[in-house]
Amino acid sequence: MDDLRDLYQEVILDHGKHPRNFRKAPAANRSAHGYNPLCGDQVEIFLELDAAGVVQDISFQGSGCAISTASTSMMTQALKGKTLAEARALFEQFHALITGTGEPDPEKLGKLAVFSGVREFPNRAKCATLAWHTMCAALENRAEPVSTE
Amino acid sequence: MTSAAQAAPANERTYDVQRIRQDFPILAQQVHGHPLVYLDNAATTQKPRAVLAALEHYYATDNANIHRGVHELSSRATTRYEEARAAVRAFLNAADDREIIFVRGATEAINLVADSFGRRLRAGDEIIVSTMEHHSNIVPWQMLCERTGAVLRVVPIDDAGEFMMDEYEQLLSPRTRIVGIVHQSNSLGTVNPVREIAARAHAAGARVLVDGAQAAPHQLLDVRALDADFYVLSGHKMYGPTGIGVLYGKRDLLESMPPYQGGGDMILSVSFEKTVYNKLPYKFEAGTPHIAGPIGLKAAIDYMQAVGLERIAAHEHELLAYGTELLAEIPGLRMIGTAAQRSSVLSFVIEGIHPHDIGTILDREGIAIRTGHHCAQPVMARYGVPATARASLAMYNSRADVEALARGLKKTIEVFS
Ligand SMILES: Cc1ncc(COP(=O)(O)O)c(C=O)c1O
Repeated sequence: MDDLRDLYQEVILDHGKHPRNFRKAPAANRSAHGYNPLCGDQVEIFLELDAAGVVQDISFQGSGCAISTASTSMMTQALKGKTLAEARALFEQFHALITGTGEPDPEKLGKLAVFSGVREFPNRAKCATLAWHTMCAALENRAEPVSTE
Repeated sequence: MTSAAQAAPANERTYDVQRIRQDFPILAQQVHGHPLVYLDNAATTQKPRAVLAALEHYYATDNANIHRGVHELSSRATTRYEEARAAVRAFLNAADDREIIFVRGATEAINLVADSFGRRLRAGDEIIVSTMEHHSNIVPWQMLCERTGAVLRVVPIDDAGEFMMDEYEQLLSPRTRIVGIVHQSNSLGTVNPVREIAARAHAAGARVLVDGAQAAPHQLLDVRALDADFYVLSGHKMYGPTGIGVLYGKRDLLESMPPYQGGGDMILSVSFEKTVYNKLPYKFEAGTPHIAGPIGLKAAIDYMQAVGLERIAAHEHELLAYGTELLAEIPGLRMIGTAAQRSSVLSFVIEGIHPHDIGTILDREGIAIRTGHHCAQPVMARYGVPATARASLAMYNSRADVEALARGLKKTIEVFS
């Protein structure tokens, strides 16, 4: 039960039930679609990048499990105001946290550290990272949908 | 749960589920510190010791290639392989051993028919399937349509998950060449009236392929009573090994079909001028087959028959009713699939909790269920859900298993409250 509590922390349950930035971004100039065929999770990420490459707005729509919805929601909060390079660097930190590879820096991760419990549930790693892969695809304006499989 | 034990109906008392469980060594283990509760039987079933022993015995004493050897081991292996064919024939109540083709699984059996029978289809011909088909009874037909210009028609299902016979009647026409229908749905548990579906197809001049992958472990089968033209099985869903499946086809029909794959065993003679194909069933069994597969499958069939398929069905029916009752008490739970004729599947969603999260929490309680689209995305679309949680029963499941499921779901709701 303890590792379940670590996985489903209050913050995660809250974001899972009440996702933030759950809307279409009106001025989005980048977007991408992500799909996890295993569980049917769908996410669409909308990004508004300014000329300097700073994320002015980021939002999402879709349906998914608590982990993937919370992960997407908290990602949108974490990335607002960040540059492209900062966004990619944060993904690396987050990826290290989820997969238990490397040494993520708690200071850089900030609130995202609540996802540390996912490490004990390797078959949920894709739920946590789908949004981030999709965000990268949106940054590159890739047309084909991101799939976890 | 003494009260449940006292309330257990007669069948549970005479049907010794504890003894059956002892024949399945895998069940006696702890998962995440809890006794394993295996409720993912529609995905694959566990194997009784008799199946493991048959495989071991074959490889330890009889292993050789079949059909071509003059030596003792080869003739033993051939005998075992052909005995398995006879056992499958009897299991299906088919008329003739030659109507039993060994393939890799239900998927390959359907592909064989779509490929070989499919060669007679022309642009404008029609194929009918239902909304509740497994992807394996959809995609091969879509591929056939792409190749030939035939058209796929789909019989809808109602809110309970039942096949809509009137709509089917509307779709049937002289253009219909083949109807693909699942005997028991893996995502909903619906048991379809295949005898009637076949009769109507035949009246329209069409053939019928029945996907029996899920039905086989749960009911006594009789392909002649159903009047199925083709009937397909997957060994691993009926307590046998993976990698072995069965295509049953009516003999005259199989005779009239071209081979599926070319190679050894499927020929009588080969020359660069003229190659003569072998007779049934070998015409459809190119190359060295999975010899141990049918041998393991026969052991599984023997095991099911020793317990008795009607007794298994009665036990599972009772458990399904009990499970349905227990799940009805879970707040926010909605059953997906409530057909009057339903077997062994409890598919559901819970308000506000994604199936994937349900699956993870149950897993930590040692309870194995499946979450996702169950290779039946059109069913998910029909119900407007991305996925369901599915508990599926087998002959070794007990009342304690479904009680554990209900407890696990209550815990899931606690975690999310
Ligand atoms: C109804 C049904 N048909 C066909 C199949 C395909 O079986 P296999 O993957 O063993 O070929 C399945 C497996 O899930 C099934 O449930």
